[in-house]
Amino acid sequence: MSAPILTAQNLCRHFEVKTGLFGGSHTVRALDGASFDLVPGRTLAVVGESGCGKSTLANLVTMIDTPTSGSFAIDGKDIQPGDELRDKKLRAKVQIVFQNPYGSLNPRQTIGKILMEPLLLNRPDIPADEREKRAREMVELVGLRPEHFNRYPHMFSGGQRQRIAVARALMLEPEILVLDEPVSALDLSIQSQVLNLLTDLQDKFNLAYLFISHDLSVVRHFADDVIVMYLGKPVEQGSKEQVFNAPRHPYTKALMSATPMADPANRVERIKLEGELPSPLNVPVGCAFNPRCWKATDQCRAERPPMSGGDHGFACFHPEGPEQ
Amino acid sequence: MSLLEIKNLTVEFRTANGPFRAVDSVDMTVEAGDLRAIVGESGSGKSVSMLAMMGLLPWTANITADKMEFDGQDLLKMSARDRRKIIGKDVSMIFQEPMSSLNPCYTVGRQIKEVLRQHTPLTRSERQARAVELMDQVGIPDPAKRLSAFPHQLSGGMSQRVMIAMALACKPKLLIADEPTTALDVTIQAQILDLLIDLQKTEGMALILITHDMGVVAETVDRVSVQYAGQRVEEQEVNALFTDPHHPYTAALLAALPERATGKHLPTIAGVVPGQFDRPKGCLFSPRCAFADDLCHSTQPGKASADLGEALCHHPLKNGQPVSEEPA
Repeated sequence: MSAPILTAQNLCRHFEVKTGLFGGSHTVRALDGASFDLVPGRTLAVVGESGCGKSTLANLVTMIDTPTSGSFAIDGKDIQPGDELRDKKLRAKVQIVFQNPYGSLNPRQTIGKILMEPLLLNRPDIPADEREKRAREMVELVGLRPEHFNRYPHMFSGGQRQRIAVARALMLEPEILVLDEPVSALDLSIQSQVLNLLTDLQDKFNLAYLFISHDLSVVRHFADDVIVMYLGKPVEQGSKEQVFNAPRHPYTKALMSATPMADPANRVERIKLEGELPSPLNVPVGCAFNPRCWKATDQCRAERPPMSGGDHGFACFHPEGPEQ
Repeated sequence: MSLLEIKNLTVEFRTANGPFRAVDSVDMTVEAGDLRAIVGESGSGKSVSMLAMMGLLPWTANITADKMEFDGQDLLKMSARDRRKIIGKDVSMIFQEPMSSLNPCYTVGRQIKEVLRQHTPLTRSERQARAVELMDQVGIPDPAKRLSAFPHQLSGGMSQRVMIAMALACKPKLLIADEPTTALDVTIQAQILDLLIDLQKTEGMALILITHDMGVVAETVDRVSVQYAGQRVEEQEVNALFTDPHHPYTAALLAALPERATGKHLPTIAGVVPGQFDRPKGCLFSPRCAFADDLCHSTQPGKASADLGEALCHHPLKNGQPVSEEPA
């Protein structure tokens, strides 16, 4: 395994929220203490339900937002707030593909313009004819036809638009690609085409992927490493095999059991989680999962469990599986 | 007599560019107490066929059918006024987006009681009691108090429970659930699906689940019809469908599921669903089908026999291999 391209230590992003005129302010811990490495040629998947901080994490890694505390380094260089403005090359290294290809492409630009714009802004040293040549190559690379170059986004289907979004992200030759739910807006038959494209591109350019998804079947197929998040905190992380074959955190187990599998012969009894996700404004004391957990004890309600367990980490006092 | 019988239902929308056929000769028979699903990708006409039956489509829709009967009553000949007496009472529907299907201006209690006021002779206090009972039945804690909550005060899962309570208010014989869990998180999805199945059993109603999620289908229903580009291409029992799909489209769709993948690459279905202007002459799936031949490209297929899932195909599959059979 090669050296990590990005290392994050204890990343946090807190938001101050005013509640009403006299309510004072509260802190929403959208992301609370995530540590991980991104390695070239490998895919790190972040899974969890809405409000777990997946997209906040994506924003931090792409430097759209700055962390409240914690640090991360790209290529060994520690990133300080504002660095991305001083160093355009830094930002070019991390690119993002958004969830909804109907919203992320400018309807008034042709595909060619969409693809050339990143170069126009970030690489003014590249002459116009070279810019166009690169964009035309990229169109073919992502499986579109040359005549698509002068068309507008509305002339494309969802799957094709997502290919265009991927192509745009690759124009600056990034080393890290953040994929924020890239296939969840697509139909099943199109989803597999886009996933295959992403697999091929990763092999070709040795890209590090940060793959954000709520769909465990897709993650199980696509990822190498997995972080499971709950209410802004990672609760379990490890390789795909470790997390899927021997989940240690009860939430991971419940999440997997709740995910419907397309196998009617093996209908298993689901683990039924009581209640709903608590509001991020009012996170329970102790382990965030304790009100819904069937194993919760007084210790869980009082203290927050630390991440333990080495390369297969989990934050739980009463983990599933073999006792240590 | 079947609870719902639809024969040869076709829905065409009048658009500025000519007619667009959203549903194409769909048949469906539902018995009382059935638990079934309609599965298909976006644009396959799965919602539109049910909306047509409910009479909820806009005036631009042209609905034709040989037969459309609910509980012995002919829905085709019925006036809109008479149909309103059935819709919402004996047939009800829950929709995909619970947050936007509730009226934000009224309390959820008022919205549940509106159904009762329209369709039942209950008095005001009886309606209140029934509303509390319904909220309790769908698992909302502290039901009497929650009746006076406004939709924005409820989470997505709670809103969907309110929608289900509303749909159940008059003890329907048929409940249509149109992607009821698509907007919800998986742990909440599991709760809502369990609730729907429990209610279907205890109330003895028929449930039609419209979904695109093969996992939900496999874990929930007994019988499945698969739709593609407006046509029903296959109908089977759920176990048989997943082990031995008879239409090449179903087979390809199941193969594309990430959990069935064996290698690094997923099997794909080449091309896209035909649109308004590029409908093929023969079988609608023929441009994307691995087994298509000249016959498929030139002639529309008829239905295969019942043991082949009535697959709409010239060469229906058996154990993954095409068998030649003359259409019945």
